[in-house]
Amino acid sequence: MKTVRYKRSPKNGSVMMYLNSIALSPERIQRLQEIASTSIGPLIEGAIKFTIPLAIIAFIIGLTIAIFTALARISSSKVLRGIARVYVSIIRGTPLLVQLFIIFYGLPTIGIVIDPFPSAVIGFSLNVGAYASEIIRAAILSIPKGQWEAAYSIGMNYSQALRKIVLPQAARVSVPPLSNSFIGLVKDTSLAATILVAETFRRAQEIASMNYEFLFVYTMAALVYWVICFILSIIQGRVEKRLDRSVGKGGIS
Amino acid sequence: MITIEGLQKSFGSLEVIKNVDLEIGQGKVVVIIGPSGSGKSTLLRCLNVLETPNAGKILIDGKQLDFNKSVSKKSISTFRRLTGMVFQSYNLFPHLTATGNVTEGLKTVKGVSKEDAQHKADQLLDKVGLTAHKDKYPYQLSGGQQQRVAIARALAMDPKVMLFDEPTSALDPELVNEVLHVMKDLAHEGMTMAVVTHEMKFAREVADEVIFIDGGVIVERGAPSQIFTNPQHERTKKFFSLLQ
Repeated sequence: MKTVRYKRSPKNGSVMMYLNSIALSPERIQRLQEIASTSIGPLIEGAIKFTIPLAIIAFIIGLTIAIFTALARISSSKVLRGIARVYVSIIRGTPLLVQLFIIFYGLPTIGIVIDPFPSAVIGFSLNVGAYASEIIRAAILSIPKGQWEAAYSIGMNYSQALRKIVLPQAARVSVPPLSNSFIGLVKDTSLAATILVAETFRRAQEIASMNYEFLFVYTMAALVYWVICFILSIIQGRVEKRLDRSVGKGGIS
Repeated sequence: MITIEGLQKSFGSLEVIKNVDLEIGQGKVVVIIGPSGSGKSTLLRCLNVLETPNAGKILIDGKQLDFNKSVSKKSISTFRRLTGMVFQSYNLFPHLTATGNVTEGLKTVKGVSKEDAQHKADQLLDKVGLTAHKDKYPYQLSGGQQQRVAIARALAMDPKVMLFDEPTSALDPELVNEVLHVMKDLAHEGMTMAVVTHEMKFAREVADEVIFIDGGVIVERGAPSQIFTNPQHERTKKFFSLLQ
């Protein structure tokens, strides 16, 4: 009986030899090291200059939109409820990529020309606004009616009760889902590459198109996103712990 | 102090309060009793407009809301400041400490400075015997302690009338007395109080008048000695016989 040899011996390991020759020859390792050291800078620059600011600005604007949208959706005015509902429906019912293309490539045809970064901010803010409004609406509705009544009973009006009593409690309820939204947003900002924002992924595309090391460069880009999201999830954990302090471990009671 | 005229409240087609007239004098303690679903809590909640009556007039300390006309939101929240409300389920603000619960209304509604609000909270929490717990959050307090914070929170707004909606019904039996004790002190200080409760002993000892409500109408009213020992109306007699 003959033994089939797959061992990586210099004499007969033909398959592995071939792979080694293209993948990990000393020259190739050196080449990848060079690419890594020259491209990590632009990738991180893309993250610091565009990915992170875009995510943060869009999230802040989006949250503001979300709070007003949520309040509109639970208001007693039919018109406000209707407007909020249509907005949420349109944004949630259409792809983000299509929304970005409409803003950046579509609007110029009717004379509205917006630069790449502001276009991305508008697109992502509207997107976050719609999704987060549902989170905030649910959080506000989860606060017991007795809290509103207690606030009214000491003479507060609607906006005082909302700002001082209900929203602080709703904020606590919505931290975990909003953190998820934010992490999702960080990754979604890679779509801004398609509207010429020089963020992390667009940098990766440019670098890879020059050296054809697609697997290596895109993996590096993926790592940059992963590191950002990893740090964010640590921050999320800390924020949740901090907010839990006044409520005990059992949540709001 | 309080005058109610022709008060009427319906939920959909269900008429919960039927044309109730009532007056409560300055410094009087009125205990409202009645079977569940009789409308006693609704009557109390109409007094601070947590339920908006469909018709009738409420006059408290010379200020009137007339529900036969339309009533503005602003006049409702101004009117609410005349009364303090204590709820069955305490409804403390869970994100604020005991002190924070007492000072929030002072700061937000009355625009009192932080220091003055703090000072008042210290006094009130001392009055309800919770100085040692003033920095604790509601979840760290027992039911009785929470309810006493709720009383302090209501008192902080200097109400003319205190409304108690079954304040001890959610409490463990051994915690009931500490809350009743605070309420008795308030009554002795001359606070005008309307109390919905099942604590007949409290009613007997503290009430100036007991009102028995059933089916949304005041069936019988009188001094506790009279109502408890010699009820006139069949429904009142039946209610007490079921309590035994």
